[in-house]
Amino acid sequence: MMVEFPWDDLRRLTGLADYNTRVVLLGSLLLGLVSGAVGSFMVLRKRAMISDVVSHAALPGIVAAFMVLTVLGGDGKSWLALLTGALISGLLGMAAVHAITTHARVKQDAALGVVLSVFFGAGVVLLGFTQRMKSGSSAGLESFIYGKTASMLASDAWLLAGSALAATVICLAFFKEFRLVCFDAEFARAQGWPVRRVDALLTGLVVVVTVIGLQAVGLILMIALLITPAVTARFWTDRLGSMVIIASGLGALACVTGAALSALYPRVPAGSVIVLSCSTLFLIGLLFGRRRGLVPEAWRRIRLAARTERHHVLRAVYEQWEQRGVQGFHAHAGTGSVLVSAGDLAAVRRWSEARLQRVLREAAADGDVELDAWPLVRLTSRGMSHARQLVRNHRLWEWYLIQHAEVDPHHVDRDADEIEHVLGAAMVRELEATLPGRLSGAELPSSPHPLTDTEEAGWRKGPA
Amino acid sequence: MSDWSMIDTWIVLTGMVIAMSCALVGNFLVIRRMSLMGDAISHAVLPGLAVAFLLSGDRHPLPMFAGAVAAGLLTAFLTEWIRTNGRMEADAAMGVIFTTLFAIGLLLIVRAADSVDLDPGCVLYGAIELSPLDTVPVGPWEWPRAFAIGLVVLAINVVVIGLFYKELVLSSFDPEAAAALGFKPRRIYYLLMALVAVTAVASFESVGSILVIAMLIVPGVCGTLLARRLPGVLAASAVVAMLSAIGGHVMAIGIPPIFGFVDTSTSGSMAVAAGILFVGVFLVAPENGVLARWAHQRSLRDRIRCEDVLGALYRWHEEHGEKGPVVRWPELAARIGLGPTQARRIRRLLRRNGLIGYVADDAVHLTGEGKRQAAIVIRDHRLWEVYLHHQVQLPADHVHATSEALEHLTSDGMRRRLERDATGASVDPHGKVIP
Amino acid sequence: MTGMPAVSRHEHSPAHPLAIHDMTVAYHRKPVLWDVDFDIPEGNLVGIIGPNGAGKSTLIKAVLDLMPKASGEVMIYGRPYREQSQRVAYVPQRESVDWDFPVSALDVVTMGRYGRIGWCRPVSRLHREAARSALDQVGMADYAERQIRQLSGGQQQRVFLARALAQEADLYFMDEPFAGVDAATEKVIVALLRRLREDGKTVLVVHHDLQTVADYFDWVIMLNMRVVAVGPTGSVFTRDNLHKTYGGRLTLLDEAAEAVARSPQ
Repeated sequence: MMVEFPWDDLRRLTGLADYNTRVVLLGSLLLGLVSGAVGSFMVLRKRAMISDVVSHAALPGIVAAFMVLTVLGGDGKSWLALLTGALISGLLGMAAVHAITTHARVKQDAALGVVLSVFFGAGVVLLGFTQRMKSGSSAGLESFIYGKTASMLASDAWLLAGSALAATVICLAFFKEFRLVCFDAEFARAQGWPVRRVDALLTGLVVVVTVIGLQAVGLILMIALLITPAVTARFWTDRLGSMVIIASGLGALACVTGAALSALYPRVPAGSVIVLSCSTLFLIGLLFGRRRGLVPEAWRRIRLAARTERHHVLRAVYEQWEQRGVQGFHAHAGTGSVLVSAGDLAAVRRWSEARLQRVLREAAADGDVELDAWPLVRLTSRGMSHARQLVRNHRLWEWYLIQHAEVDPHHVDRDADEIEHVLGAAMVRELEATLPGRLSGAELPSSPHPLTDTEEAGWRKGPA
Repeated sequence: MSDWSMIDTWIVLTGMVIAMSCALVGNFLVIRRMSLMGDAISHAVLPGLAVAFLLSGDRHPLPMFAGAVAAGLLTAFLTEWIRTNGRMEADAAMGVIFTTLFAIGLLLIVRAADSVDLDPGCVLYGAIELSPLDTVPVGPWEWPRAFAIGLVVLAINVVVIGLFYKELVLSSFDPEAAAALGFKPRRIYYLLMALVAVTAVASFESVGSILVIAMLIVPGVCGTLLARRLPGVLAASAVVAMLSAIGGHVMAIGIPPIFGFVDTSTSGSMAVAAGILFVGVFLVAPENGVLARWAHQRSLRDRIRCEDVLGALYRWHEEHGEKGPVVRWPELAARIGLGPTQARRIRRLLRRNGLIGYVADDAVHLTGEGKRQAAIVIRDHRLWEVYLHHQVQLPADHVHATSEALEHLTSDGMRRRLERDATGASVDPHGKVIP
Repeated sequence: MTGMPAVSRHEHSPAHPLAIHDMTVAYHRKPVLWDVDFDIPEGNLVGIIGPNGAGKSTLIKAVLDLMPKASGEVMIYGRPYREQSQRVAYVPQRESVDWDFPVSALDVVTMGRYGRIGWCRPVSRLHREAARSALDQVGMADYAERQIRQLSGGQQQRVFLARALAQEADLYFMDEPFAGVDAATEKVIVALLRRLREDGKTVLVVHHDLQTVADYFDWVIMLNMRVVAVGPTGSVFTRDNLHKTYGGRLTLLDEAAEAVARSPQ
């Protein structure tokens, strides 16, 4: 395929010298924009597959329109007529799905499957007629199946652009209504919104966008242009507004890429290129998307794990010191700082020496501990207040679990480990309020369980 | 139709084995509510097929099967994977995956078309019309290759479904119970997906993906409308599949000549035939069909109206005594709210069953049998009133309307329990005697 | 005998926020709630209690036209619901929506204003401020911009309450607002309910915790497939009525419901 790079075509394309190419690119751009927007709502309404059914159901309409035109002696390739046929049979398909699910005990997915395959079969039958028709050439009809932007005329592209623009305007005008119905249809209905009509409008938009995209993308792959940019956008944002904008952008990017490549390499099916562009963008989003991408999520998990480990070490230092009292820690000449032996720390959680050293080095980098007296660990004053806060959160949570969740005091330490690192300030305040007697802002409750096996469980100081 | 030849017979036979093998596995997709997975997999096997072609350079079935099964399983697996890891709806995940795979397959085919004889159009609607020309020796016979492959796949499907029948049923119906019983529903799921892929790829070449999708879904849906239990559903779907194949080919060569064409796509026609059969089943299925349900409802409605007439006459006699003023039919019908046509039908029904007698001037009265049946209706009505008032504790002035509806729906079992609950009560909450 | 003390069953006063007359509600044509008939006077906190499957949510949904009524009628301040939907706020069960949906807490609360904004008009600053103040009233002002999945269960419930508050309605329906919330949220909800009552609003709450019924509610509706009792908590929330409400299903009524479901339309 890559035998000879079509430099001339590329120059013509990038220079936008050719009027036809210009309009086709514009049409593709608008098609991508509107597909992303309408697709977002369609996916959020959990009706991802209806576009697939509409696109397949459109085929008999397209071919029938072509046959009628040819028999009447007109131009069988009139795009407007073909799309009208597609629109009618697409809507018929949706109506058939509705009729089947309301009048027979047939599930939605099965009704969609029946309509999709039977309508498409009917389309193929009609196509069989046209291929054997004496007058008129049906060659162009196949581009509706696989998609071919290159065969698009400027007049077709203008129609495409106009319809796409109209659909975009409707999408924006009803943004609020679509958001409401997609999020909570029942609430919308209780508020007096005609949910059925809003749904019908959304389905209508899906039908229109699917139909106008058929020639560019082809009916088998059209569904991807609606679904893939929408789900990709969701990896990057938590907001509907930005999701619609991002999905539109991604759709436009994919469509323009497809149309451009299709212009350069007429043999490459444009639909495939558009869809694979979408898929590539999807993969990027799945991996690196800011909100839900796998890599950022893994990174967040690693960060949380590292932070948790550091907290455990700091708490261990503090509790070692608290337990041994003043004589237990190695008073360092002149400074009042706290020193704990690394060996004791390692014993608390059965850490390996290497692991303990790594965590301690990270803590040292933050200024919580100093390692100049290794194998003794010195808690700095910053580290001291930090550790005290951590111990406090841990014990507040432990006491909460014992009193309100009736967790066994001997298990509460590990349970609290799981959750204490994600406690927000508001949560800590709530915890304080639940404890018997009020804790002043800095006061530290004692550990509800022995810190080593020899000690008694229970409050040692008791909250004031 | 007169020039039906051996070739047509082979086409129909090939279509039948393929349609039946699709229908058999398709049933499980339908009951799992995964009908569109059939659509997805039958598209997504394309790249597996194309890679197998590119690597082996010919159409040897083994690499073809391997490639397709791999692609089919990949679709199922990737859909599941991005659904959980990308946190999206199963539908959307499936849409992303199968379109990607199909697009790759399409590009590969365009690329391969230079070296291998492959046509993208063939992928969609196949060339079943040409399949009898490509034969393989099977024992003493020369069978069309597509038919032989279809037969093998049908055998595979029958054997696998036979072996794993109870696992398939249980894991389709209640995956959690299946897991609790140690049946590994995930393995069963992937086994089913592999079967779908094998079936799809075997059928691909001869009938194209369109017939595969139609046959995976439509016969199964017809089956669920025709039969209640799964063995019946499977049998019904196989029959629908066979009829679609026969009807499809007959339509493909029989109808076009009427409009001056030679013929049209057989696989497309088979899909349309399946659609026509579906519409037929949808309308006339014995229990779930639209017509059957309509007729059933109508006869129930008629029975209720007859009972209303009997009840009204009974109350009239109760109030005015046997020798009271006569009841005229038009007034009675109007009071019950019957339109003129309905009134005629109800009167005919009542008289045919010997429940009312009819004398001059439209005067009607209950016959002996009519009195007996009317007493049952009134008894049910008043028993319900007693029950609703004493057990359900609705106020006495609120029980009539509900009892009016329930009196027509009282089974013998319910009546016995009503009687037990109303022991001792001889009058209803309004003081009327319970007959 | 009837278990319906207090308000006479036949004087449906137009002033009443909610008047239900002879309503039977069917789900897929199967009656699940029989012959409901009562009025609720203004300015009360009303608890709806009953065992699982008693029809508590059904009662609310039927009033809000979310489920078809097999018979009977419902009046909201003397008029049918569809004319009064702006005066009614609804807090559905928390599980009824997809919390992964890409909206912030403030977006959700703003939805409570959509009815006032009308078709196709954008959300103005005024409405956004109203939504923000509703969030503030439930102590969630700091979380306005959070995506709703990032909130705890109790916080999600408060967002739903704020959405109802933003509607500035007169009659509130809440479906199990206390289900699975933390102690702090429970306190917020109770305080909110009392404030609504002080403002003369009427609130109906589906409630599960029998121990708090007497504490929280002025009135109580006791349901089990039919209304067992309606009235002021003090006179209606009795051992006898509780026994009738939780004493088991009326199986014959269940059977009748199945028969009705199969009967012609």
